[in-house]
This record gives sequence, structure tokens and C-alpha cells, in this order.
Amino acid sequence: MLLKWLPISSLNIKTEDMNFKDTFMNGEQGLFKPATLTPMQKLVLRFVVIGLIYYGFAVIEGMIMRIYQIQPIEAIPDFQYFAILTAHPLVGIFGSTYSIVFGAFLFLVPFLMKKPLWSYKLGNWTCILIGTGTLTFWLAGFFTHYAPLYTLYWPLPADFSQFNPLGGTFFVLGIAIVMLGTVFFVINIFKTIVYTPEGWEKQPSKKLFLSAMGLSGMTNLFRKKENQKEHLVSLPVAAIARGTVDTMLNAGIILFTGVLILVYLIAHQVGFDLKNSAVDALLYKNWFWWGLDLIADGLVLIFVAGTWYLLAMLITGKDLFMQNIARAALLLELVVSWTVWSHHLMSDQAQPGILKVVSGEMVTAFELITQGLAFFITLATLWSARPLKMTNPLKFLLGGLLGFALAVPAGIMQADLGLNRILHNTQWIIGPHVHVAILVGLTMTLYSAIYILFPIVTNGAKLYSQKLANFHFWAHLIGGIGMGAFMGMAGLKGMLRRTIYLNGEFNLYMILAGICGSLLLLAFLAFFYNIVMSVGLKGVIGIFTPSKLNEKELLPAEEK
Amino acid sequence: MVDSQVVLNGQTIAYSCYAIAIILLMLWFGLNITKTGKGSKVSSALFYSFVAFLIVLGVSLHIVTYNTIPWASMDLNRKEIKADKVFEISVENHKFILPSEKLVINVNDKAMFKVYSKDLTYGFGLFRTDNSMVFQMQVVPGHLNDILWKFDKPGVYTIRSTEYSGPKGAQMILKDVIEVVAN
Repeated sequence: MLLKWLPISSLNIKTEDMNFKDTFMNGEQGLFKPATLTPMQKLVLRFVVIGLIYYGFAVIEGMIMRIYQIQPIEAIPDFQYFAILTAHPLVGIFGSTYSIVFGAFLFLVPFLMKKPLWSYKLGNWTCILIGTGTLTFWLAGFFTHYAPLYTLYWPLPADFSQFNPLGGTFFVLGIAIVMLGTVFFVINIFKTIVYTPEGWEKQPSKKLFLSAMGLSGMTNLFRKKENQKEHLVSLPVAAIARGTVDTMLNAGIILFTGVLILVYLIAHQVGFDLKNSAVDALLYKNWFWWGLDLIADGLVLIFVAGTWYLLAMLITGKDLFMQNIARAALLLELVVSWTVWSHHLMSDQAQPGILKVVSGEMVTAFELITQGLAFFITLATLWSARPLKMTNPLKFLLGGLLGFALAVPAGIMQADLGLNRILHNTQWIIGPHVHVAILVGLTMTLYSAIYILFPIVTNGAKLYSQKLANFHFWAHLIGGIGMGAFMGMAGLKGMLRRTIYLNGEFNLYMILAGICGSLLLLAFLAFFYNIVMSVGLKGVIGIFTPSKLNEKELLPAEEK
Repeated sequence: MVDSQVVLNGQTIAYSCYAIAIILLMLWFGLNITKTGKGSKVSSALFYSFVAFLIVLGVSLHIVTYNTIPWASMDLNRKEIKADKVFEISVENHKFILPSEKLVINVNDKAMFKVYSKDLTYGFGLFRTDNSMVFQMQVVPGHLNDILWKFDKPGVYTIRSTEYSGPKGAQMILKDVIEVVAN
């Protein structure tokens, strides 16, 4: 009966040997057996489940805001709308993306280096802290409507005429908990790369670290082929290490900013009102964007490039095209990511012109080059192995590549002194650049990784429905690009972000963007349903029970 | 001075063409990668040509816009340019405070807008009657926020804050308060 009401019934999907109830409880053909999972497999699956739940939060919040942009919803007052607007990107990035990425990398680094994770317990704490931290700031925003946006432009976070200081305190604490989990992740990744496991021959820690930083790739560029040194860590591990540096710096900046805001929040609650002007708003903006851009332009681009390389090698079974250049480009991207922040301040007239031109325009243009290189190298690696079967990992990888091919040039255009004057804070920024980069570029790359890791971390569980996976792909791709495009069209017509239009000024574009947003929601529901039916409800619960196997083992003995 | 709407139209055409081209390229790649045939190594010459193309593209974009979008150079050199009119505007408690009820500017005059915030970070944007944007800048407290603009045709414009300053700032709109009149 229930099947009749589910979208899959219209797609004529039905397993032959099991009825719906059996599949829902035990997973597709009962192949997923949580008792066979190692603690590390369970850990990565927990990260993925938490990440997908928070992705669901972000999608629902996104849809509420899509409707609000067409017609403000009476039941949701404007202050609640802005609380949703504040929570939405933070839940999406920290709750969802961080969970999935950290989970995958905590598994992949030991997997690729063929040695155990340095600390399983620390990995577990990362998962717990990111999950609870996200819930804490989300609840603080939901109940107290603390809404200074993720930008936290000074002195808005300490504006007590608009925001509840207690709500702000819990909000900042939630973010701080996530950052603590992030610091644990960073420590675990670097320790895993350089440490010597018990009973092993002493590992060359310093050389491993330098190789992970890309130094061997860079020096090989200047050596003759016969003199080139062998890389001690594989390219995907180098990319993960490089992105982790930005993750660490970003966590430091956010923690420091959080402490600054907390001082003002707590002082107000105990009866002291500190002067807001004690903090220079422009200096703060530079400081904060320097840190924030380490996520947007450093962490995302580097992690994504590394994931593309890994996926291309796993899909083709071949070495990466132009490997030394790829390693050197990752090192270059690291430096670029530290010096691009000023493109966020091109409309700030007090910002020195030299910073706008050098950091805002010129260094930012390097991202076109570094990301373009990663795009070309990945496609060339795939091309060298044709014909390839159009598997789920391959099609989602191509979707992810397309997403960044669309979003990066859109970003380069807005990082221009002339164009920024008429694009800054419009829907162009958040549509064709941010949402296409995150939803199509980043998320489809993550889906590709999930599809390729699924049989490995589940000990051979089978996907419930390929038709649902196909629907997931097309609905997500068309929905993501379409939504970004219509938001961009509205932006070019003058529609701002971070505000509310009361008279349907841009309704044509917003209705079309809303339809595309619905496709994204349907895509996620199809994927979520497909995964739940693949592992079964008992399987989902089993992921959260302790494993009796050895913490040091990545895969069960018979799977190796 | 060329109208900002003309620049936006140019951008729309350029980006739309690029977007269609890259989508078609990926579609072609997706179709051909599955076709029966021998996998072939991509030549390094093609790779380095692509890198050179990206470098030329990245550098030339800003050179082209600097030389074709007039407000870019005017903005960088605004301290050396004499304004025909200067308007001092302050912002406090989510309200714009103008020097007069209407700001009247002659066509082809260079108008300088100096905006000061006394509390939060705001935005200062001018919009046409069809809601399209003429220009915007950020208004940061504790700093001078100034912009020089030349209006090349008569019109009526609305001031709107272009930066989020909390829920109270969502409707910071002064409708039709700027009038550009023919000499």
C-alpha cells in the first residue's frame, strides 16, 4: 500500500525476491550486514548519515527561502526568515559538507597510505562534535532568531537592539564546537600521514610531511626525468593534506572571531556594554574574509581537485595525466587561497586600491588557471581510458566538473573592479557562482565519491535502484544549474541577495528558480530513499552500534 | 559615460554563450567517453596551450574591462577628480539621512556621494524605476565611503541599502529621491 504513494512505484521499480517491508527493514537483498563492519567503516558511514541529514535541513531551508522570495510566508516573520538565512549556509557547509568530507578523508588517508588511522577515538569525537555543534547553533538560531549571517559584519553580531545575547552565546558556542571537531580532524590527518604505527619500521616523518605539502612535486618540475624523485605520498593524499592546512587556518580564524564576539555577548549579559568602535569594522572584515575565503577558495577548490584526481584514477585504474604539474598546481593553489580575500571587499571604498587590484583581481584570476588545470587533467585522465562505462561515479564526477566549469568563471567575472560595482550582493553572486559551485560542483563530486565508496564501506551492499540513481543525477544537475541560472538572471536585473522583496518584483525568475529548487529537493529525496532501501532501517541503526572488530583495521580481513 | 545596463547586457550575452558552450562540450565528452574506441593520451602540447589560454584569458579580462568600463578607472582615481556636486549622507538606526529631500543632479555632471555610517555596516545602491541597479558600494562604520558617478541621461533613481544589517534593515528604501535633469 505504501509503495503506491512513493515515487518509485511510477518508475516500476520492484525487487523480485523481497517485498517492500523486507527491503525497507533489511536492505536490498539483505546484503548489508552491520555486524561485519569494522569500526572505521562504521565511522565513515556515521559521518555520511549525519552529513545527509544536515543536507536535508539545508535543502528544506533553501526551499522555504525560495518560496519566500516569490511570496513572503505569513506564518514566518521576517526575523525568522533571516534566522533561516543565517543557519542555511552554516548547516550546509559545516553540518553536511564537513561531515561527508571529513568522514571520507579520515577513511581515505589511511586507505591510501595503507596504515591505520592515527586515532580512531579522535575521529569519533570529530563526528560527535560536528553533529552536536551544528545542532547547537541551528537550535540557537531557530529559537532565538539570532541572525547576523555567516558574514558576521562588525558590529552586527553584537547589536543587542536586534538580537538576543543569550541566543548569540549559544550560536557562537555551537560554531566553536564544530571548530573543535575540525581541529581534531586536522590533527588526525597530519598525524596519520607522518606517524609510525606500532611494530612498523620508523617512518621518515619530515619527508612524508614535505611530500604531502607538494614540495617533491614542485622540485621534480625542475629535474630531468631520470633524476625525478619518487613521491612518498600519493597525489590524493597530498591534496587532502594541502586542503587540511586551509581547514586548520580557517578554524583558527573562526575560533578567534567567535571569542571576540563572545566577549561582547557575555559582557552585555553581566551588565557591561563594551564600545563597538573598539574594533575597526574594515580591519575585521579583512581579517574575517581572509579566514572565510580559506573555505571557499582554498579548502573547497583544493579538496575538490584532490577528489577529482582520486576519482579519475579509481574509475580508470590509470595514473593521473601530468601528475607533477597537478602537484605543483595544488601548492600554487594553497598560496593563492591565502591571498585572494580582497575580492570580497571590492565594493568597500576604504579598502586600498592596490589590494583590490592585486589580491581582488589578479590573484583571484589565478583560480581560473589552477581550477582549469584540475579540470583538464581530470578529463585527460578519463579520456586516456576510453571507452568507459557510464557508472554513477563517472556521471556524477562529470556533473561536478561541469559545476565548477560554470561557477569559477562566474566568480572571476564578479572579481573585477568594473563588474563588481553592478554585481556585488546581487543574486548573481549567490546563484551562478555560489550555488552552482556548491550544489553542482562540490555536491556532485561528493555524490560521486559516495557512490564509489558505497560498496567498499558497506562490504558489498547493493544499490536498491539504478533508475532512482539516474533520476537523482538528472534532477540534481538540471535543478542545480537551472536554479543558479534563474537567480543569476534576476541578479543581472538588479535583484539583491540577503533581503526580502514584498511586491513580487522578480517573480518570473523566482518562480522558475523555485521549480528548479523543487527538482533539487526531489533529487535528494530519491537519493535518500535509495540509500535507506539499500541498507535497510536495521542497517542504518546498526551503523550507530559499536563494532566488535579491531579499530586498527580499515576493512574486514576477508575484504582486503 | 556608458550606462551600467549596457555593461550588464554585454555580460549576459558573453556568459550565456560560454555556459552553452561548456554544457555542450561536457555533453559531447560524456557521450564520446563511452563509445567504443581506443583510449588515447592527450598531447602535452594541447595541455600547455590550454594553460596559456587560461593565463591570457585571466589577465585580459581585467585589462579589457578597465579600458571599456569607464567607472573602473574613475573609481580608482576618484581622489584626483573634481566632483561637480558632493552629497554628504549619513546612516543611523537603519535610516538614510539625506542633505535635502531630493538630490538633484545635472546630466553629465560628476556627482560624489559621501556616505557615513554611525552604527552598523550598510550598503548604498542606486536603482532605476524598473529595479535594475545603477551602482552600489558598502558603507562601513568608522570610514569614509565615497563614490563618484557620472549620469549621462535624465532619470529618477531610488536609494536602497545593498547590505544586510539585520532584519530591521531589509526595507531601507528611499524611493525616487535622486533626480537627474537635463541642463
